[in-house]
Amino acid sequence: MQSETKAHVDQLTSPAGNPVAVLRFEGDIASTSKDAVLGTYQALPKATSKLVLLDFSKVDYINSSGIALVIQMMIEASNSAQKIYAFGLSPHFTKVFTMVGITKYAGLFSSQAEALAAL
Amino acid sequence: MSDFKSAKVEVRLPSRMGFEKVAMSTAASVAKLMGFRPERIEDLKTAVAEACINAIEHGNRLNEKLSVGVVLSAADDALEVKVIDDGTGMRKQPMKPDIDRKMHGEEDPRGMGMFLIQALVDEAEWVAGSEGKSSYVRLVIRLDKAIE
Repeated sequence: MQSETKAHVDQLTSPAGNPVAVLRFEGDIASTSKDAVLGTYQALPKATSKLVLLDFSKVDYINSSGIALVIQMMIEASNSAQKIYAFGLSPHFTKVFTMVGITKYAGLFSSQAEALAAL
Repeated sequence: MSDFKSAKVEVRLPSRMGFEKVAMSTAASVAKLMGFRPERIEDLKTAVAEACINAIEHGNRLNEKLSVGVVLSAADDALEVKVIDDGTGMRKQPMKPDIDRKMHGEEDPRGMGMFLIQALVDEAEWVAGSEGKSSYVRLVIRLDKAIE
């Protein structure tokens, strides 16, 4: 029933010249998304991927288990001196991420261009 | 809205993760017919999905021989949703997640479903069934009169 989560990584450079690993997700983010979410993140080289940008623009459904995976990623990132950012969330999921406190540790942007300009 | 006075819709879901989306879509369709704003429909979808996930995972413990009942009751000014399972019911009250404690490993990264349900609808109550069966969560979301 759940739409399989697809993920791929694009390596970009911000206008300020910083390398940014963009994790692009597609499908649902739920309990079945562990490999796609955490596995893709964990495959990034920690030493060179200091800025990690999550692209949710092709994600329609995120449940509390999916949010927990994002928090697990944030914990691992915090322990590796990486910073997590995100863009492409709908207004509803922007509200939900804010309600659970994610915005305290991860910057949310409305678009990739806005996010890159800030990094 | 007048066509939906006292309208009732019932769905039975298998206790398998992912089927919460069936209840979510059904609730969204009913709410749309009743005239709810799109933002409130999104709130309802998340609350219903989380209630069904709790029923599937914690109430029925993923036992596919048991089903989750979802009863949507439309009234003049509100939509009530009951999500019924065969568990013993929730004994604890929803707690606001503490992101600092989660980030420091002092709180499970999971466990946000009940908080989201309570935060996104106008009323939420968890009722333990008699003899440990037919426990339910009852959600109410009210129609915003101002935009009717």
